[in-house]
Amino acid sequence: MFPTPIERTPRSWQVTYQSFLPLALILWLLPLIAVAIFSVKPESDFANANYWGWPSEFKGFANYWLVFTASDMPQYMLNSFKITIPTVIGAVALSCMTGFALGIYKFKANIWIFFMFVAGNFVPFQILMVPVRDLTLQLGLYNTITGLVLFHVAFQTGFCTLFMRNFIRALPFELIEAARVEGISEWRIFWFVVLPLMKPAIAALSVLMFTFIWNDYFWAIVLTQGVESQPVTAGITSFNAQYRAAYHLMSAGSIVAALPPVAMFFLMQRHFIAGLTLGAVK
Amino acid sequence: MAQASVAQDHQSSWWHRNQQQITPWLFLAPGILFFLFYVIFPIFQSFNLSLYEWDGLGQAEYVGLYNYEELYWDEAFYTSLKNNVIWLLLYLLAIPAGLFIALFLNQTVTGIRLYKSLFFFPFVISQVVVGLVFTWFYDPTFGILNVVLGAVGIPPMNVLGDENWVTVGIIVAGLWPQTAYCMILYLTGLNAVDPEQIEAGRLDGAKGWKMLWYIIVPQLRPATFIAFVVTIIGALRSFDLISVMTNGGPFGASRVLSFYMFEVALSEYGFRMGYGAAIAVVLFLIMLAFIAYFLRSMYKEEKAR
Repeated sequence: MFPTPIERTPRSWQVTYQSFLPLALILWLLPLIAVAIFSVKPESDFANANYWGWPSEFKGFANYWLVFTASDMPQYMLNSFKITIPTVIGAVALSCMTGFALGIYKFKANIWIFFMFVAGNFVPFQILMVPVRDLTLQLGLYNTITGLVLFHVAFQTGFCTLFMRNFIRALPFELIEAARVEGISEWRIFWFVVLPLMKPAIAALSVLMFTFIWNDYFWAIVLTQGVESQPVTAGITSFNAQYRAAYHLMSAGSIVAALPPVAMFFLMQRHFIAGLTLGAVK
Repeated sequence: MAQASVAQDHQSSWWHRNQQQITPWLFLAPGILFFLFYVIFPIFQSFNLSLYEWDGLGQAEYVGLYNYEELYWDEAFYTSLKNNVIWLLLYLLAIPAGLFIALFLNQTVTGIRLYKSLFFFPFVISQVVVGLVFTWFYDPTFGILNVVLGAVGIPPMNVLGDENWVTVGIIVAGLWPQTAYCMILYLTGLNAVDPEQIEAGRLDGAKGWKMLWYIIVPQLRPATFIAFVVTIIGALRSFDLISVMTNGGPFGASRVLSFYMFEVALSEYGFRMGYGAAIAVVLFLIMLAFIAYFLRSMYKEEKAR
C-alpha cells in the first residue's frame, strides 16, 4: 500500500494525521457548511451583518417551511423527478440493448458504431443547441417535460452505451456460446443469460444518470421555460430572483435542490463509485 | 395449406440461419435512430446553419462564410477563446490535486470511508448550487474570502467584479467538484496498485517522491487517462458556473465560447442563430482534436486485446 500505512509510522505522525484529517475535511467543505449555517439563520442576522457568526436564533424549520409552502420550489422538484426518472429508465433500457449488440456480436461496423456513440457523447452541447431546439419546436414539444426527456435519453445513450458495452465485454463469453449450442435464440440469450448478469451495471448506471440528469442546467434553460416544465436547477435561479438578498431562503432552497442526488449518492455509494471509476483499473 | 406451411418453414429457417447477423441490428436500431436524430444530424445542421443569417423564426438568408469573417473581427470571440485556454490549463490542476488528496486519504484508520465519501461530496452537487455557494464565498461585502484575506493582512477584493480575476475565480469554483472526481478515480486506482512492486521498490531504497513517480504513477495510468478525458471535456463544457456566477461579466470578461455562443443565439442580445452556430463550430473543432486523440487511444487498446 502507498503511502506507508499509518500504523507503521511513528506515533507522532499518527497523531498529527488523525487530528489533521477532520480539519482538512472542514476546510474542504467550508463553502457548504457556510450555506448550511445560512439556511438556519433568521432574516435579522443578515440585516445586522451577522453573516458568519453563530445564528442568533435557530430558524431552520421556518426557513425550509417557507421554501416548501411560499415558493414554486415543490413544483420545480416535481418537474425534476418527472424529467429524471423517465430519462434514467429510457437511457438505461436503450443502452442495455446497444451494449449487448456491440459487446457480443462481431461484425464489421461494430467498432465504428461504438465510436459514433463515444464521440457523440463528447461533443460540446452548443453544436447541438440550435438544431435540437428547432427539432423540439417542430415536434411541438418545446417547453414540455417530454421534449427534454427525449433529448436527454438520446444524448445519454452515448455514454451509457460506452459503459454497458465495456461491461458486457468483460463477461465470460463461454456462457453465450454454451447457450447457443443449446439452441437458445439470441433474444432469449439477451433476456435470460446476459441481462441478469448486468444487474450491477444497471444499478451503477442508474445512479450516475440520476445525478447527471438532475444536475443538468444547460438543456433545461434551452428547451424549457417557466414553472410548468423547468427542473429545479433552472428553477433555483428564478427562485433567487424572487428572494433576492434573502440569503436564508436562497440557502435553504439550494440545499433542497441538491438533496435528491446527494441522498442517491449516500444510499447507493458503492454502485455510484463503481460506475464512475469503471475503466480506472485494468 | 401445405404450401403455406412450406413457406413458413422456409421463413423460419431463413431467420434461423441469419439470426446472428440480424439480431445485433435489431438491438441497435432504437438507440442508433435516437442518437442520429438528436446528436449526429444536428452536428451537420449546425455546420450548415453557420453559413446562414437566421433569427430563429423568419426566412434564413444564405451568407456564405460571412459569419466566420465577422468572428475574425469580433473581440468578444478572442476574449472567449483566451478564457477557454485558461480554463483548459488551470482545470488540469484538478488531476494532481485529486491525486494528492487520494494519497492523503489512502489509509485504513477508523471512519476513513466516511471521510472519503464526504471529500467526494462536492461532485454530486449541481454546478448551479456550487456556483451560488462560491458567489457568496467571493462576495465583497460579506464573503468569507475577504474575512480570511483580512486576517493575513491582504486588502479585500471583489473577485467576480474584477476583469483580471473573474475567470480564475470561476475556475477555482469548478476545480472543487472536479478535484473530487479525480480523487475518486485515483483512490480506485491506488486500490489496485501491485503491493509486490511497492515492496520491491522499498527494498531498492525507493521512497517518498521517487516511489510515487517511478512506481505508483505508472501503475495509475488508466485512472490518469480517464481523469484527463473528463477534465478536458469538463473544461471545454464550462457553462453553468459562468451563467450562474457572473453571466459572462463584468463587461464580458468571463465569457468562454460555450457561453458566448448561448448569449449570441438565445438571449436578449438577439437571436443570431447562424452566428451562434459559427461559434459552436469553432468550439466543436477544438473539441474534435481531443476527441480524435481519445478515440485513437481507445482504438489502439481495442486492437491490443
